[in-house]
Amino acid sequence: MSAGHAHPLYLDGDSPVHRLPPEVKIVAAFAVTVAIVATPREAFWAFGAYAVLLAGVAAVAGVGAGWLAKRALIELPFVVLAVVLPLVGGGERVEWAGLSLSVDGLYGAWNIVAKGTLGVIASLLLAATTPMRDLLLGLERLRTPQVVIQIATFMLRYLVVIGDQARRMRIARLSRGHDPGFLWQAHAFAASVGSLFIRSYERGERVYLAMVSRGYTGRMPAPGGAAASPGHWAVALCVPLAASIVTVMAWLLR
Amino acid sequence: MTRPASLDMRSVAYAYPDGHQALFGVNLRIAHGERVALLGPNGAGKTTLVLHLNGILTAGAGSVEVGGLPVAKEHFAEVRRRVGIVFQDPDDQLFMPTVAEDVAFGPANLGLRGAELANRVDEALAAVGMGEFGDRAPHHLSFGQRRRVAVATVLAMRPEILVLDEPSSNLDPASRRELSEILRGLDVTLLMVTHDLPYALELCPRSVIIDRGVIVADGQTPEVLGDPELMARHRLELPYGFDPTLSFTRSFARRPLSPPAG
Repeated sequence: MSAGHAHPLYLDGDSPVHRLPPEVKIVAAFAVTVAIVATPREAFWAFGAYAVLLAGVAAVAGVGAGWLAKRALIELPFVVLAVVLPLVGGGERVEWAGLSLSVDGLYGAWNIVAKGTLGVIASLLLAATTPMRDLLLGLERLRTPQVVIQIATFMLRYLVVIGDQARRMRIARLSRGHDPGFLWQAHAFAASVGSLFIRSYERGERVYLAMVSRGYTGRMPAPGGAAASPGHWAVALCVPLAASIVTVMAWLLR
Repeated sequence: MTRPASLDMRSVAYAYPDGHQALFGVNLRIAHGERVALLGPNGAGKTTLVLHLNGILTAGAGSVEVGGLPVAKEHFAEVRRRVGIVFQDPDDQLFMPTVAEDVAFGPANLGLRGAELANRVDEALAAVGMGEFGDRAPHHLSFGQRRRVAVATVLAMRPEILVLDEPSSNLDPASRRELSEILRGLDVTLLMVTHDLPYALELCPRSVIIDRGVIVADGQTPEVLGDPELMARHRLELPYGFDPTLSFTRSFARRPLSPPAG
């Protein structure tokens, strides 16, 4: 479906997860993430359970562990803070490999890394099994405001066009002896960015003209295709349901 | 009963808000089924004229009728269905994530839904030979393919008159020929804005020259292009070595072309 609209995080396939309607998957991924975040950080076993749950979904979807791990690296900048926490945290301290670490800081670090990783993997699973176009369709069926959907739709289409334009401008700059390595040539780059902005603005006007010429009056046509059936919802919501049970247990067994 | 003219412009004058006057009383009548080339140097008022056809610009004086319907605010929806403008850069025209959705945009704005809408899309894509590409993203198509899809996006609205802005620009010779074959096969009135004079000769029996906001010539294409003085006066030049009369006779001999309408 919409094979032409793969994004870098999409893994083409035809698994039961791929075939689920997008709105169902969006809700499920969101609910699972909320359940994970709501778990008390001391309940280590609960995070293991989530990992098993997500691994199950990945297995059904045919998404490999290596594929996920590589793309999960995106969270690295966000977990840097976690490494610092045990060193600078206050309260009770433990000795480990010659370092004095804060217990509270260790818990904090674990909290960020575990929840972050699991959340990123849940989103990656959604992205891996849903083409960009379907994500937008799903959001639209979930009654996301039209303006947001329209902006995202235009972004999806014109990011490529503007990216191409930027690339052509860069090549033209390089062809005239521009060396982006030199700081004093930065203003050429800045000027390019400025002119790209103006050109994109003008293109926006032309696109609007072309849309008005085809009868656009401010509302986009409603999306086609069948919405999710109760069966789809039941299947997909099993995952967040299981996650919620784990969360509740984690709180009760505290 | 005779069918009303596809386009009837009478004494259309227009000045931009900044005071620059672009059109000074343009008269242009195009009968149903005609194929007309609109020629003229840069800045002659070609684009301004085109934007009057569907009410994006409103004439300061004069009137425009499309298929007998005056271009006025209360008729904009119908007028925009009747006038299909294909803009020069297909990337301006194609803005939806997939080709099929883009072709569906116009007819959906007309209120078509479901199977009827899907039929329109299939029909329009088939007419430009892009039936296989409905699910593709526009940026995965070649430039020539995008231009053809842009034509399909307005064909899907079943226009009375198809207006093409520089249809042959940036096309390689094969795409250029494919497009001309497609355009010749369409049963629709055609107004083609172009600097590509051989293309005008190939597709349009009639040519109109606009310069400085007025129509300065209107006649059979071979005669208009074959008048060196007229051409030079309005900054129009044929490609080196191109002889319009010779070329026209040859193309007649090669394939049966409907003779130019008076």
